[in-house]
Formats: sequence, structure tokens, C-alpha cells
Amino acid sequence: MKTLAKLLTAAALSTALLAGPAFAAGKAKNAQDIDFSFEGPFGTFDRAQLQRGFQVYKEVCSACHSADLLHYRNLGESGGPEFSEAQVKAIAAEYEIQDGPNEDGEMFERPGRPSDKFKAPFTNANEARAANGGAYPPDMSLITKAREGFHYPWYVSPFIKMWTGNGGPEYVHAVLTGYSDPPEKEAANAPEGKSYNAYFAAGPWISMAPPLSEDGVEYSDGTKASVDQQAKDVAAFLAWAAEPKLEERKSLGLQVMIYLIILALLMYLVKLKLWRDVEH
Amino acid sequence: MSGHSTYEPKNPVAKWFDKQLPILSMSHDFLVFPTPKNLNYLWTFGGILSMCLVIQILTGIVLAMHYTPHVDMAFNSVEHIMRDVNYGWLIRYIHQNGASMFFIAVYIHILRGMYYGSYKSPREILWILGVIILLLMMATAFMGYVLPWGQMSFWGAKVITNLFSAIPFVGDWVVTLLWGGFTVDNPTLNRFFSLHYLMPFMIAGVVALHIWALHIPGSNNPTGVSVKSGQDTVPFHPYITMKDLFAAIVFLILFAFFVFYKPNYLGHSINFEVADALKTPEHIVPEWYFLPFYAILRAIPDKLGGVLAMGGAIVVLFFLPWLDTSRVRSAKFRPIFRQFFWLFVINVFILGVVGANPAEGWWIIVGQFSTAYYFLHFLVIIPLVGMIENPKPLPASISESVLASQPKGEPAAQPAE
Repeated sequence: MKTLAKLLTAAALSTALLAGPAFAAGKAKNAQDIDFSFEGPFGTFDRAQLQRGFQVYKEVCSACHSADLLHYRNLGESGGPEFSEAQVKAIAAEYEIQDGPNEDGEMFERPGRPSDKFKAPFTNANEARAANGGAYPPDMSLITKAREGFHYPWYVSPFIKMWTGNGGPEYVHAVLTGYSDPPEKEAANAPEGKSYNAYFAAGPWISMAPPLSEDGVEYSDGTKASVDQQAKDVAAFLAWAAEPKLEERKSLGLQVMIYLIILALLMYLVKLKLWRDVEH
Repeated sequence: MSGHSTYEPKNPVAKWFDKQLPILSMSHDFLVFPTPKNLNYLWTFGGILSMCLVIQILTGIVLAMHYTPHVDMAFNSVEHIMRDVNYGWLIRYIHQNGASMFFIAVYIHILRGMYYGSYKSPREILWILGVIILLLMMATAFMGYVLPWGQMSFWGAKVITNLFSAIPFVGDWVVTLLWGGFTVDNPTLNRFFSLHYLMPFMIAGVVALHIWALHIPGSNNPTGVSVKSGQDTVPFHPYITMKDLFAAIVFLILFAFFVFYKPNYLGHSINFEVADALKTPEHIVPEWYFLPFYAILRAIPDKLGGVLAMGGAIVVLFFLPWLDTSRVRSAKFRPIFRQFFWLFVINVFILGVVGANPAEGWWIIVGQFSTAYYFLHFLVIIPLVGMIENPKPLPASISESVLASQPKGEPAAQPAE
């Protein structure tokens, strides 16, 4: 009976595993795997990296990309970049936020507060398109969960992705560092104003010009701001932005797992004792 | 629960109460309910499923307190739960993965019934109620998946509701009714939310009937031989409750693994993008638990045909008790059926893979072959095997089979294979 139970469980689970490859591999190239600190069952974010990543987002990405689901206060919350309260206030105050209406019925601008949402670069989608040659720069809040950097054949995908995940942060890194000259075949029909990027999901032609440059930002912690480093940092920051409770989840998960395993063991012993005198 | 209860409360207040509302004697009868002593762990999934339903309802009630069923706000309200509600991420991940766990458990439960012939007389009604629960679960899960209003939510809703337009004469009217308009929009989301909240309570009601119907003949068991005497049974409590509790906790370990370590593994990346009516995803795929049925739907080139085949794949289960011609319940004593059973399981698994992949090239042919085999299993193989097969001799009773399988007092039960 035990073998049967195992077989059935295996069958049911394998079916479950197949939900993963629901999306067939696209044409985009597989992103390079990166050993991020937040991977694995015990992984946590690297605070310094998140702070550097935020700097890249703020100084480069946020010129076009919004992050509507984030508030400035999130930057100071535990499990994130953990800026100090004073730093969070200073960051928020750099932005002019529209508020109102006041007593006279007028809208007015005031310095941002930690409770404000990240200020979006454009007021609406049409404005964003108009400013970017017709292409809409997507919101960055969930980008590492909405994109997949890894594509494998259907018969291995669910098993590999169980360990590697979908490669969302890797995708961000790959797109940022993946600009290249187009292959000769494609160079002839290059669309006006677009760049070639083999990692771009809707590519290979991308409207975003290469956004990062060597030493494009100046890190205060002395880290060399290579393009690769900036891309990794901002990918980590966006991974946190998409899953801000990741650390809380894993640490609670560990406690729950230990508790359940001990409890299961105890229950099994009780069950054994209870059934000892019954022939079954 | 047949017959009058023999329970007499001793306490005078309990006596007075029980005479007017016999809840005490009913609970007592549940606790002492004689249950075959040779049940294996596959019989624990009934209890696990009750637990799943309770978990889904409790987490769902809390989620509904924070969720906004409006096309402009639904997506962000779910993210608000994930980010700003205390332990909202936990409640939401439990609910989201709970749906998958529910289906893992229900599919094992159903396959157990098919293997050991639990649908056969005198348990046909019990089985039919179970199939009704499955249908309600599918409707509930489908509508629940629409609520976060991501890309796959929206396009899944569009594809599935559109299927109803294939129904002759009333199809378009039905689709308009489902949508509450002329496309999937705010009224659709509103009614799906309302129904998603209602249906779990309908499930709970049918579960009550399911358990009631179980308590008339009592549980089937791995030998399929009916209970002959008190020797064959143990009281439900503490023997079965304890075993179920242990199994439920083991199941929770699997559940917790997904919730805490792989919360989005069973979902779709593209559902982290807000629904956009102008942007069709490259591949529209349902959740994993619908994939075999999705494959059957797409196997038939004709829309109405596909819908009928998909519906038929469930409806055929209602007739299983009468399609099976064998006198013997358990596959343990049915050497030929047993092999076909595993072929059926493998075939459903293949259908799942087909459903997950785009309908092109070889997948179409494999899907059509597997779909044909699915129906062949129920409509031809099961009736025929029951007539041709020569079952192995049955044990005289449960007790005898238990003794026979324990030559040197070893506690382990024999594997079915």
C-alpha cells in the first residue's frame, strides 16, 4: 500500500510540476544565471546592494520607469534596503508631490513624505509613450516576477525551475547588459531608433537605448560602478521591490517547517502506540 | 448512522438538551462510527480535503476584507494585501497555493476511489455527490483565479466564458449573462467575486451530504470486501482521527513548502502584469489542475465538439458506477483492470503535458490520441474488462485478509501491486 501511495503522490505532484512550463520558450536568449544573495531557502537581501540598486533605479531607471507599488517608507522597512528614518525622509523630500485640493480648492505641490508613493515620471500612459517614441516603459514594481530569464525544453523546465526559479532578476540584468551589434542578417532591417538586444522578451529590437554606462552612477560605498555591477544591483533592488516580504517569509517558513516536522513525528508515534494492539 | 442512536447522556442537562436537539448523540455516533481497520493512508485524503476547504474559506474571508472587486483596483488591492496588510502575504499565499493543494488532494482522493472501486454499489450516490463537489471546486477555482485581474486572469476568463457561446441557440445569451455585458469587464469581475464567495459554502453543503452518504454504508476498504463483523472495524475515534491527523500534518509540510519557499511556482509569471484587453498573451494556459481538461477541449477541432468533450470528460464520471461491470470492487483482486488503471493515470498525466504546451505540431496528434484513450477507458475498457476478467479469490473478511498479510506479526500492510 505504501508503494501505491508513493506512486499516486508522485503522479499528482508531477502533474503539478508541469504547471511551470506553461509558457513555451520564447525567442529571447537565456539569461546568465547569477548567484544572488536572496536565493535559496535561507537567502536574504544584501542591504548595501539594495541601497546601491535603489541609487541606480533613482538616478537612471526612474527617468522613464515608474514603480507605483512602492512607497518611500518601504525603503526604511526591515527586510529591504533599510535606509535610516532620516535618510528616507530626505529621499522623499527630494520629490515635489502634487497634493490638494487646499481650502481654496487649488491643487498644490509640496515636498514628498515617507508615506507617499514613488513619484511616477509621467502622469499617464499616453504621456509616457509620447516621450519615448511610442514605446511604453513598463512599471518596475513587479518586473522580476512578471518576466522570465530562463527558458528550457518542456520536459526539464519544471524540474530545473524548481531550483532556479523563473530567472526574473537575471532577466533584468541580462537586458541591461545584453546590448550588442545586430547580426548581419538583421542589421539591414533595423527599425528606426531601436537597439538590438537578444535577451529582450519582446525583442530582439528594444526601444530603450542602453541605459547604463561605466561609472554612470557614483557609489558612496566605494564599489566600482561597472555596467555589470549596476545591473546586478538594480536587479536585486527590483527583486526586493517585487517581493518585499521575502525575508520574513523565509524566516517564518523555517520555523513552521521545523514545527510541522517535529509535530508530524510525534503524531506518528502516538498513532503507532494507539494502533499497536490492532491487527491492520 | 443507520438506525437509532444508542447513546444516552448521563448529565441531566445534557439529557434534556439532547432530547430536543440530538446533536450530542449524533456527535457520539460519529466518534464511535465503525470503520474498517485495514484502511491505508490513501483513505486519509477525505479528512485532508475537509481541512483544505476550511483553510480556503478562512483565508478567503480575510482576503475579502481587503480586496476590491473593481477592474481599476483589483490588481493593486491584491498587491496591497501582499505588502501592507499584516501577514497579508501569508494569507494570500496560503489561499493561492491552497487551491493547488486542494486539487492535489482531490485528484488523489478520486483516483483512490477508482482504484478500490469505492464508487460501486452501495456507494453510487456518495460517488455522484463527490463528482458534484469536483465540479463546484472547478468553478470556484476558475473564478478565484480571475479575481487578481492579471493578464492570465483576464484572458483565461475570456477564453473559458467564450466557450459557452458554442451552445446552440442560447449560447450567446449565456455568455452575455456570464459577462454582465458584451465583454469581460467590471460586471464580470463583480459577479465572479460574488460567486467565488458563494460557491465554497455550496461545496460545504454538498460535503455534508457526501459525509452523510458515507455514513450509511460506511467506508470502503482496500480489499473492497464489505464489513462482516465488529472484528473488521475500529471506532472512528481515536483510531481514524489520529491517523488522519498525522496524515494531515504530513500534507501540511508539503503545503508549507510551497507557501514559504515556492509560492509562485505553480502560477504564471504573466499574471503579475495587469489585465490588458488590447494585449493578448502569446499562450493562454489555465492553472495546472485544469490542464488535462484543457487538452481535451483543444483536441477537438470544432468549438462545440471541444466543449462537449471537455464537459463529457467530467460527466462520464457520473456514470462510472454503471459502466463498471465487475462484481469485484478492489483493483487488488483485478489483475487486468489494475494495469488499465495505471495506463489511465499515465494518460491523464500526458493530457496535462499536452495542455501545458501550445497546440501545434505533434502536440495536436498526441492530444487527440490521449483524449480518445481517456474516453475509451471509461466507455469500452471498463465495461469490457469487468466482463472478461477473472478476479483473484477474495478474502472471506477484512480480518482474514489482515491476518493473511501478516505472516510473522509484521505490522506493515502489503503493497497493492
